[in-house]
Amino acid sequence: MSWPILYAQLVGANRHSTSLGKVWLSVLFIFRVMVLVVAAESVWGDEQSDFTCNTLQPGCENVCYDQFFPVSHIRLWCLQLLFVSTPPLLVTMYVAYRNQSDRKRLLEGSGRSSFLSNKCQEEDLNTLKRRRLPIAGALWWTYAFSLLFRLLFEGGFMYALYVVYDGFHMPRLVQCDQWPCPNLVDCFISRPTEKTIFTVFMATISSICMVLNMAELSYLVAKAVTR
Amino acid sequence: MNWGAFYAVISGVNRHSTGIGRVWLSVIFIFRILVLVVAAESVWGDEKSGFTCNTQQPGCNSVCYDQFFPISHIRLWALQLILVSTPALLVAMHVAHRRHIDKKILRKSGRSSPKELERIKTQKFQISGALWWTYMLSIIFRILFELAFLYIFYLIYPGFRMVRLVKCDSYPCPNTVDCFVSRPTEKTIFTVFMLAVSGLCVLLNLAEVLYLIGRACQRCIRSPEEGAKGAWISQRFSTYKQNEINQLIADHSLKSKLSVTKKSPTEKDERCSAF
Repeated sequence: MSWPILYAQLVGANRHSTSLGKVWLSVLFIFRVMVLVVAAESVWGDEQSDFTCNTLQPGCENVCYDQFFPVSHIRLWCLQLLFVSTPPLLVTMYVAYRNQSDRKRLLEGSGRSSFLSNKCQEEDLNTLKRRRLPIAGALWWTYAFSLLFRLLFEGGFMYALYVVYDGFHMPRLVQCDQWPCPNLVDCFISRPTEKTIFTVFMATISSICMVLNMAELSYLVAKAVTR
Repeated sequence: MNWGAFYAVISGVNRHSTGIGRVWLSVIFIFRILVLVVAAESVWGDEKSGFTCNTQQPGCNSVCYDQFFPISHIRLWALQLILVSTPALLVAMHVAHRRHIDKKILRKSGRSSPKELERIKTQKFQISGALWWTYMLSIIFRILFELAFLYIFYLIYPGFRMVRLVKCDSYPCPNTVDCFVSRPTEKTIFTVFMLAVSGLCVLLNLAEVLYLIGRACQRCIRSPEEGAKGAWISQRFSTYKQNEINQLIADHSLKSKLSVTKKSPTEKDERCSAF
């Protein structure tokens, strides 16, 4: 499972999105997945190997690293991106279910009336596959729920990151006194400024995505109200 | 998602670019992204492991590295390339929006055959009217992002030369220690190269802006009655009017069909009698 596979799945769901949904997908893949893969992973690449403590005590560095970095930023972001990308698949599943029931109805209908030729049936099935369903009725509710879940996951992960790392700033120095460290030792984090810059960048883009989702939800509600 | 996939996304916009726009895109991918991936990343690969300070004090290396390299050149260039390439997607969105409207009009006027829809999908739009403004805006954003990143580079690394030696006295370094940067000359060469190509891209964008303005002026001089903006709007308006007329005809024929239902069997008899 890699990012291109996820991209292929989401592009399929994109057909039934609003324009804001399409913008959201582009922002997600260009400013988050791509930046994560191309830049952020190399910044965090040496996070444990270059985590240095001012002691020769074996095991102290491991224990202190584990205390201050329970989950790496990179892993949290990967999980966030996966969770946030999956609600649109609810829409894909619903569309597939609708297409299947419509196809069944079409085949039953053609079976009863014998004068419908095979060619007409094939054409109808093809249009069924390629058609774009309007966002109304049950599809509207599915879409609205997928947006709500997206918002919850985004907010949830941002909050988790904030709580685990006490804000978005990465300090240069942390002090640790876990066993087997002999006393309070200074431990130095590698590339803290670069990490802070990328954390703030990813948090900003995450907020932009949340704003896009809220705008899309308001647009859907307004559309339903006018209807 | 990597540079290859990114290239596929951005080069889709190429169809609606000017000639200068296509040259710019090639310069971006060959002289910047490819050079970044193939060469620059290996030059900066050991930037931290090869950064050595004249001390055995644990943590001094990390802290001094962090003080002198708040963000690596490679990451700055990657962000710059991503941000500079994305305004082109504005044009892609505008084209998609135009195609969507054209499809809607076609369906309403009852000419939605697969052939016509296919023609719309592959249709190449002229850069005039609203598309001209979107394209212009995307180029202006490109120029702004390039200049912003050049300025950020200048702020963080004043002077484009990478020094061999930096002196550092941040805690926990015991006193002012000498720290040595790895591969400074090679880094200087690549920094100068990337900045030169960045400058070239800015010039290409400026040339494209002038070219577009020149073309628009030329169009204005040739046909002063219909401005570039008006042409598309007047065409759409006439199409909508035609749709209204078509709708009226359709309604009228439907009404006549519903009022006289006995005609159809007679017609059938007439057809049969022709055999």
